[in-house]
Amino acid sequence: MAQRRTAWTRLTTPFANIPASTATTLALAMWVAVIGGWALLSYGRVVPNMFLPTPGTVLDTAYRMSLDGSLFYHTFTSAKVVILGFIVSSVIAVPLGLWMGTYRAVQAPLEPLVNFIRYLPVTSFVPLFILWIGIGIEQRIAVIFFGTFFQQLVMISDCARSVSRDLVNASYTLGTKRGEAVWHVIFPAALPAILDTLRVTMGWAWTYLVVAELVAASSGLGYISLKAMRGFQVDVIFMAIAAIGLLGLITDTAFRILRAKVAPWAP
Amino acid sequence: MGALILNATMQTAAGSRVTMTDSIKASDPAGTASMTGAPRSAGTTMAIEDVTLRYGEANGVLALDDVSLKVTKNEFCVIVGPSGCGKSSLLYLAAGLNDATSGSIKVDGREVIEPGPDRGMVFQSYTLFPWLTVRANIEYGPKRKGLPAEQRRQIVDQYLNEVGLAPFADHYPAQLSGGMKQRVAIARALANDPAVLLMDEPFGALDSQTRGTMQKLLLRVWERQQKTVLFVTHDIDEALVLGDRVLVMTARPGKIKAEIKVDIPRPRSMDVILEPDFIALKRRILGLLHDEIDEDH
Repeated sequence: MAQRRTAWTRLTTPFANIPASTATTLALAMWVAVIGGWALLSYGRVVPNMFLPTPGTVLDTAYRMSLDGSLFYHTFTSAKVVILGFIVSSVIAVPLGLWMGTYRAVQAPLEPLVNFIRYLPVTSFVPLFILWIGIGIEQRIAVIFFGTFFQQLVMISDCARSVSRDLVNASYTLGTKRGEAVWHVIFPAALPAILDTLRVTMGWAWTYLVVAELVAASSGLGYISLKAMRGFQVDVIFMAIAAIGLLGLITDTAFRILRAKVAPWAP
Repeated sequence: MGALILNATMQTAAGSRVTMTDSIKASDPAGTASMTGAPRSAGTTMAIEDVTLRYGEANGVLALDDVSLKVTKNEFCVIVGPSGCGKSSLLYLAAGLNDATSGSIKVDGREVIEPGPDRGMVFQSYTLFPWLTVRANIEYGPKRKGLPAEQRRQIVDQYLNEVGLAPFADHYPAQLSGGMKQRVAIARALANDPAVLLMDEPFGALDSQTRGTMQKLLLRVWERQQKTVLFVTHDIDEALVLGDRVLVMTARPGKIKAEIKVDIPRPRSMDVILEPDFIALKRRILGLLHDEIDEDH
């Protein structure tokens, strides 16, 4: 049977697996297409270089800024802000979200409030944070926190709530006390979903970086791209964007590896 | 939300009404009960008295109407009934996972007010903890009890062998077939040494061949372990192959309609379903159930 299936059938069958080599080829082809298209548009002068720098210029800029160490300095500052903001947020959101998803008595007061705050634009809080917290790194961390925390809370609460009732019931009949169920059953059962949530919200944390460095920052990838805008250094903006994307890709992969290590049993 | 209210105590129905179920007692030739495998003591392990369950408010759906039954120590008691008759609900009440509207349930003389390890349960759905290996799943109960590691290891090994899954001790549930999962679930419940084992259509999701294998395995385990079992199913063959006694329930609201002693000697093989005694009992239960299904329409 399998032999009679052509490669094309396999590619177009819902949920069917494709060979790893095909997957890699497709992924590489996508990058080639994106970068190739970019090169075509910029080198071919379809779009003026003032608006769209050539890949070569961006690489040159990256090389130049690597030599004087400024690229690493800004990358490090940004990574510190995002990771600290994300950690502070996750450390509170995971246990609180678990509680929220487990106990109606925690969910009832929190959910309406969280759903209100969730829709507030982070940008509009920047002046307030400056007023309340100052212009140090704490202010930037606060922006990342604000952008991530409430989304995390709602999503993690959902992870906990979707744990099978029968799993909890089974644990009771095996001697689990009411108060132990969160730790012994709901947390481990929800763990893969929680790690997925963290991975997704980590991406959101990166997207808030530029907002965090909008005002009162003097270093960071968001800061240099905002500064570059004033000088029409489109190549620097591109480089900063690419750097943020790469860092995001790295943290994403790190989370995937972590999930495979921590929850090898989950599909 | 159908959250559990675990700390609410159940009310015992005021006054002791005598329940009249039109129970049909099968002729019980002297001594059949003691002939059936393990020696039976006469003590009552589980007593369900005048239990009524109504969902929602006072005018809500009546799921169970004044159900009373007793399960004797080491007895294999089976409840059969049409789907939706509340037989699973009754088991959940016995487990303490839900509260009866009125009536009382006692296990070894103690009132059931919340779930506990003295009432092990095997569910129809797969409820193994997916993050624990087979070994760790079986060890879960003994661990909650605080048994020392060495003793836990012995218990786990014993039950792994009992259900024939020793080679799969370090597998995760996702790597097991449905039948294997339910074998682990049985081992996990037994490892806790419960006073009564509640089984809620544990083989309902399995294919018929696997179901037969599981029934054989359960019989073998039960004959060796001498456990009190309350087993719920809608499969009459399964009820008669396994049970010492079969209780037939009416359609909603659930009541006990009849009680049938299964006088088929043990150890039983799967071939008993071909014997005249078996077929006679089956015909009787089918008749009782058909009345229910006809009344329903």
